[in-house]
This record gives sequence, C-alpha cells and structure tokens, in this order.
Amino acid sequence: MSYKIIVFVKQVPDTQNITGEAMKPDGTVNRAALPAIFNPEDLNALELALQLKDRYGATVVVGTMGPPNAAEVLRESLYRGADEAVLLTDRAFAGADTLATSYALSCCAKKIGDFDLILCGRQAIDGDTAQVGPQLAEKLHLPQLSYVQEVLDLNRNQVRARREIEGGYEVLEVKLPALLTVIDANEPRPQNGKRIMKFKKARTSSELTREHANANYTDSEALAAEQEALASRGLLIHEWSAADVKADPERIGLKGSPTKVKNIQNVVLKASESKMIDPTADGISQLMHELISDHTLG
Amino acid sequence: MANYFADNKDLQFIFDDLDLAEAVGVKEKNYEFAGKFDHAPVNYADAIDNYRRVLEVIGEICAENIAERSRTVDKEGPHFADGKVTYHPLTRKNLQDLTNAGVMGVMLPHEYGGLNFPNTIYTMMTEMVSRADASLQNLFGLQDIAETICDFGSDEQKAQYLPHFSSGEVDGSMDLTEPDSGSDLQSVRLRAWQDKDGQWYLNGMKRFITNGCAKVHLVLARSEDGSSDGRGLSMFICEAGPKLVVRRIEDKLGIHGVATCELQYNDVPAQLCGQRRRGLTKYVMSLMNGARVAISAQALGVAEAAFREARKYAGEREQFKKSIDRFPAIYDMLTSMKVRIQAARTMLYATTRVVDLRNGYANLMEKLPADKITPEIREKSKYYGKLAALLTPMSKALSTEVANSVAYDGIQIHGGTGFMRDFNAERYYRDARITNIYEGTTQLQVVAAIGGVIQRVIEPELQPLMHLPYTGKLQRLKNKLDEMLVLQRKAVQYIIDQKDTEYHDQMARKLVEVETYIYVGYLMLKQALNAPEREALVERYVNDAYIDAKAKIEAVTSGDMTVIDRHRDIIDY
Repeated sequence: MSYKIIVFVKQVPDTQNITGEAMKPDGTVNRAALPAIFNPEDLNALELALQLKDRYGATVVVGTMGPPNAAEVLRESLYRGADEAVLLTDRAFAGADTLATSYALSCCAKKIGDFDLILCGRQAIDGDTAQVGPQLAEKLHLPQLSYVQEVLDLNRNQVRARREIEGGYEVLEVKLPALLTVIDANEPRPQNGKRIMKFKKARTSSELTREHANANYTDSEALAAEQEALASRGLLIHEWSAADVKADPERIGLKGSPTKVKNIQNVVLKASESKMIDPTADGISQLMHELISDHTLG
Repeated sequence: MANYFADNKDLQFIFDDLDLAEAVGVKEKNYEFAGKFDHAPVNYADAIDNYRRVLEVIGEICAENIAERSRTVDKEGPHFADGKVTYHPLTRKNLQDLTNAGVMGVMLPHEYGGLNFPNTIYTMMTEMVSRADASLQNLFGLQDIAETICDFGSDEQKAQYLPHFSSGEVDGSMDLTEPDSGSDLQSVRLRAWQDKDGQWYLNGMKRFITNGCAKVHLVLARSEDGSSDGRGLSMFICEAGPKLVVRRIEDKLGIHGVATCELQYNDVPAQLCGQRRRGLTKYVMSLMNGARVAISAQALGVAEAAFREARKYAGEREQFKKSIDRFPAIYDMLTSMKVRIQAARTMLYATTRVVDLRNGYANLMEKLPADKITPEIREKSKYYGKLAALLTPMSKALSTEVANSVAYDGIQIHGGTGFMRDFNAERYYRDARITNIYEGTTQLQVVAAIGGVIQRVIEPELQPLMHLPYTGKLQRLKNKLDEMLVLQRKAVQYIIDQKDTEYHDQMARKLVEVETYIYVGYLMLKQALNAPEREALVERYVNDAYIDAKAKIEAVTSGDMTVIDRHRDIIDY
C-alpha cells in the first residue's frame, strides 16, 4: 500500500550569494543578478517526503509554479529521488501574491489528485511570508501542521508529526489527507549520480519545442514523437497551463492578487562600531553577560 | 555553497584537458549501453557531461558535509567492544551521503548497478573525499575490492556480490598483510583447506586490515600445502560471521576514522575467486595496482587540504606588521608546495588515463572471441599494460612523498599554532604519513618502477610531447628537459654497464625520481602551451627539477661505492 505525496517547491533567487545589484531602482528584485536556486526549506520538505517514501513506500510528485526555467528545480527534485514532476506555468500566473499562488497550487493539487499528503517548505527565502502552505491547506480544506521537524508515524488514517514551537516542540496527529509545512530540521540527501545521468534529459514540452526551434527544426510530428518517447521513459515533465488546471482567470496572477506594494524602503544595515574584548576569562564573562542582558542569548 | 570540484582550478583544468575518448569508447562499448540503461551516455560528450555533473555533486558533499565532520571523526574515531567495530556516527553519515549520491560502485559495469565510470573520474572523487577526510577514503576506496571480483570472479560471484556493493549495502576489505608478511607477501601463511565436498575454509591470522570488520573479504591465503612462495597462494572471498573474529583494532598515528583490524580466521567458509595459485601473482597485483592509484589520490587530497590551510593562514597571520606570506622564506615555501601539488596531480591523471586504456584493452582481450582480437588490440593491451606498470608506482611515490613534505611545510608555516590540535595542519601531517607506507612503501614503488626506467618504457610517450611547437620561454624550458633526458639515458646506460645489482638498487630511487621530473616536466610544458597562465608553474617546476636532476645524475654516474662498502662502519659506529 503506497502513499501519494505532493511536494510543492519554488525556485528562488539566491539571497545568500548576492552578486551585483540585488534590487532594481524601482524596488523589485533583480532576478537576473541573482542565481536561481532551490528554496532551502523546500529541499527539507522534499527530503521528508523521500524519507516517508523510504519508510512506508510512496510516490513523490513534485510541483512548482513559475516561469519555464523553473523546470530546473524539478529536474533537481528528480535527481534527489522524486518520481514525477509538474511545472505549472502560464503568463496568466505572473505577478501572483500568496493568495493567488495558493489558489493556483490548489488547482494543481486537484488535478494531480488522490494524494495523502502535501508537503511544502515553511517559507521561501525571497518573500519570507510562510503563507502559501497554510493558505493552500485552507483552499483544499485540509488539516495542516506547520513548522514540522519530522514525521513520527504515518498510517492510512493519520499522520503524527513533531512541530517546532517557541522554546520546544509539540507532537500532533491529523487525519489524512493533510498538509505539512517543513522547517530546516533534516539534512536533504544529495543528488544521485545515476538519477542525474538519467533525468538530466527530462524536459517539459516547451523546452522540447524551444530546442527544436533552436535547431531550426519545427516538424510537429517529430516533436510529438519525441515527447512520446520521453514520456515512455519517464522523462517528460508535465507542463500545465491555467486552463489545464481549470483555474479561474479572475483568481490568478496579478488579477487575483489583492496585495499591492505601496512603497519600498531601502534599508542599509550598517555595522556599528566594533568593540574589543580581551581574550581572558574576565573579558569573555563580561561579553556573555552583555549578550544575555540584551537578549542576544538566552 | 562550498564545492571541492568547483573551487579547484587545477583539478578543473585537468578535467577540461582530459583525453578519455578512446578509453570511454571502449568502456561504454561504443555507447551500445545507452539502448539498455537509461542513464548510460549516448556519446563521449554526454559521458563527459555526466562526469562533470557527478563530480560537482561529490565536490559539494565533500566540502559541505564531510569536511565539516572530519575533526570530530579524527578525534573520536570508531569504537571497538566485544569483537564488534562500530564506526563513528559521523562516519556513517558520510557513507550514507556517498551511498545516496550513488557513488559506491563508481567503476562497476552498468549491469551490476555501477556507474561504469573510468578510473580517472573515480580518482578525482577519491582526491576530493580525501581532501575532506583522508580516513573516509579508506572506506570509499574499498570499492576496488568489488572491481577485483568483477575482473576475476565467476559470473555467480559477480551476481552475488556486485549489486550489493553498488547499492552500498555491503562493504569490503582486502586481507593481505600478516604479522610476518608485510612487503613480502609471498610468505603469506594463512591456510586455505578443502573438505571432502570441496568446500574451502580459511584458518590463520591477518593484521593491519583496513576495515577488517567489513561484510565481504578478499583474502590471500595459502591453498597449496607444502608450498612456500607466491605460487602457492590463491584468492578467496569470505563473509563476516562468527568464525571470523576481529581481535583488536589498532591505535594509529593518523587516518583515525577508519578501523584497522587484526583478524583471526577459525575455519571460515570461503569461495575460491579466480584460479588457484594465481592469487598473488595476478589478482593481488591487480588489486594493489588499483589501490596504489587510489592512495596517490588520497595523498594528493591531503596535500591539497594542507596547502590551502597553510596558504590561508599565511595570508591572515601578521608578524612584523605584515602578513607572513609577504616574506620570501614563506612565499618560497608556498610556491614550492603548490608546484609540487600540481606536478603530482599532472602525474596522477596522466597515470589514470593510461590505467583506463590498459583496463579497457585488457577487458577486450578477455571478453572478445579470439578471432575478434585484432593485432592492434593485442598490441595496445600490451603497451598500456607495461606503461601503467611503470606510471602507477611512479605516481604513488611522487604523490605520497609530496603529501608528506607539503603537510610538513604546512605545519612549519603555521609555526607553533600548527603544532596544536586546534588547527587542522597537524592532522594532515599525521594522515599523510601512512600514504607512502601502505599499498607498498615508496622504496617498493621504486623497485616496481626501476625496471621500466631501465627499459626506457617512457620514451614513446615523450616523443609527441617533445615535438610540439614551443617558442620563447617554453622552448628554453624544453631545452632543459631535453638536456635532462640525455643525461638520464646516459645514467641508465651507466647503471646497465656497471652490472652491479647492489649499486643498481641503491641508485634506483634517484633514477626513478629523475624519470618523473622529465615526464612531468614535458606534460606541464604541454599544458602551458594551451594555457599561457600556467607558464609560471612549469617554469618553476622545470628550473627546480633541472638542478636536482643534475645532482642526482651526478651521484648515479659517480661510481661511488662507499655506502655499499662502508655502511656498516657508519651505521654501527
């Protein structure tokens, strides 16, 4: 008896390794200057799904909403052990806030269908809202556990998981199907050599089309045959549009996003003056005292 | 993300410069496997792309995970109680990471779940793993055992063991050394006997067995009662069980993360692997040759790590109001360390290229029906076999001695700090120290290489390198190498003419070292021809080598017999 787990992931600009100007003058993120990476906590969500697959048997389907090149994080998911991948991409999705995003993802989850668990990273490093997972659970009328560290037990009816709370943790049980958002509490497994060698050839249909166009070759029959061949080897990444997931055009993209950016403020963080601490027991004890008293520690 | 592949300019240069098309073509059966295995490459470019991607993954695991854990692993090591070895939890995590990355059967064929990668790429992984944690290499590198079963075992043995090696479910050990048989393996005594049903059993002792707690053991044992030399030895496969007792684990200077075991065999059931009497002469020699390449890479990884720490420290440490890397005495050391490392790397990957060709053609000779073996295949198999037999010990001698000297200098640059356990410098020094001892000491590498030096096996390899269109400085450096070559040929002739085995043996190391200078010098010259930014490296290397080579040649051709005649008087004074 195998479970079906959906993991929703996001390709994000690498805010840790900023090369050049991170923000455009208009205050939006300059994605071109930042390398695109797999959102770190989404890797933790994927790892949790793969652990459940190892322990209980499961099919792991990874989905993402994003521009065509977000297929890269889907390939990476396949390298790490995911079974199937779905790219939700459409110009109509562009400009989505968390509400529109969670709606689009809920449509995607419905089309995937028949799932036992949905796992998401707690939050993405570009927006840091931590809203999409919980909103998605609401839209799908699923019970949700946020800030999950690990799953203690899974059976056909329910999942028991440990979630972080301030100053400790709690263990909760919820009925399946359920949604879990996962924090940085496991070590994502590395990409697997053999899977890389296989799935580096995985493509979405628009990637295939683009490769044909680059080769100055647009025979649609050949394209269809190639797509078929890829699909038969498990190398076709599903690519779904808004229409494919039957999304209401009014509820997606900019149109479906009530969040309006009114103002962006540029905050420059400056290091204040440095302070010398004597490398003696006294000096260190004084430093500890200060750190505790201003609540940096403790 | 830190990455030991991406951050290593020299390794990347070597990777981009690789010429593996012929070897990979043979290994992938002209890319026939692509139809059968969905991860097999469809052509050479596809294969190289696979190698790069996997090396990047391993580079990241090494830098991000393994290196972080290495200090604790070194400090705490494995645990031994009640005959059972338990590896450190962080060592187990390291192995789990490597297993998840799918690199526990790197060179094994596709059909047994391996990646079917050439030795060259496996060696690059070895180098990176060792840079992160030298002791982990001793576990990672034991896939050579699977390789030996693959080369010489029966189809049943391969099917029984190899898929489990690939998946990381089983680990191996090679049980050769005994208390009275170290360098002299011909004297191995562990007894193999057969009951009336033909079942083999092993009885005796083994010592210094790396990962002797492994699940699968390859054992060198005396199968021929009454024999006393290497021809009475056969190779056996046995599994861990109650009859195979780990008596103790060694308390070592370095490579603390891996257990080195003393084993007692109380009639352990075993299977013969390959043919009787060929255990040492063929199988173990082959196994050792593979392991020697691996140890060269292990040493190189340690040297790389030691250099980087020293370089970093020298840039940060200030004395007399400036960073110490501004002082000639220090930057001279750093320069020399770096050049020695690059020379060792150049030598290593020139060796693995030849090893890959040797393996490929040896495999064809074995697998092809007799009428399909062309004279060309026969010729190449022979040629690369001979060349690999020369380059492998040359490379091991070079890498492992370089690692020791670089780790030594690394501590020196750290000063008193380097002597303290708080820094990694002393660990590299300890870890390097075994590399020029196990899998054959440097002295034995010289014994293995000197025949090829005397027979001038290297000459056909030098010819194309000597006739490249050098100009300017590179031409002048080439002239120096040409001069060294002329001197070396004369010195070899001198040794032949002396007809004195003792003098030959005493001078062998110098001849092997000059041979290494010449070969590596030409290789580095060629690199600089295509990459002008490497000119300074080869200039430094050749200028230093030239001076040392001339001194060595002078010693060899001096006919000075005083060490042979008077060593007792000196030693026992």
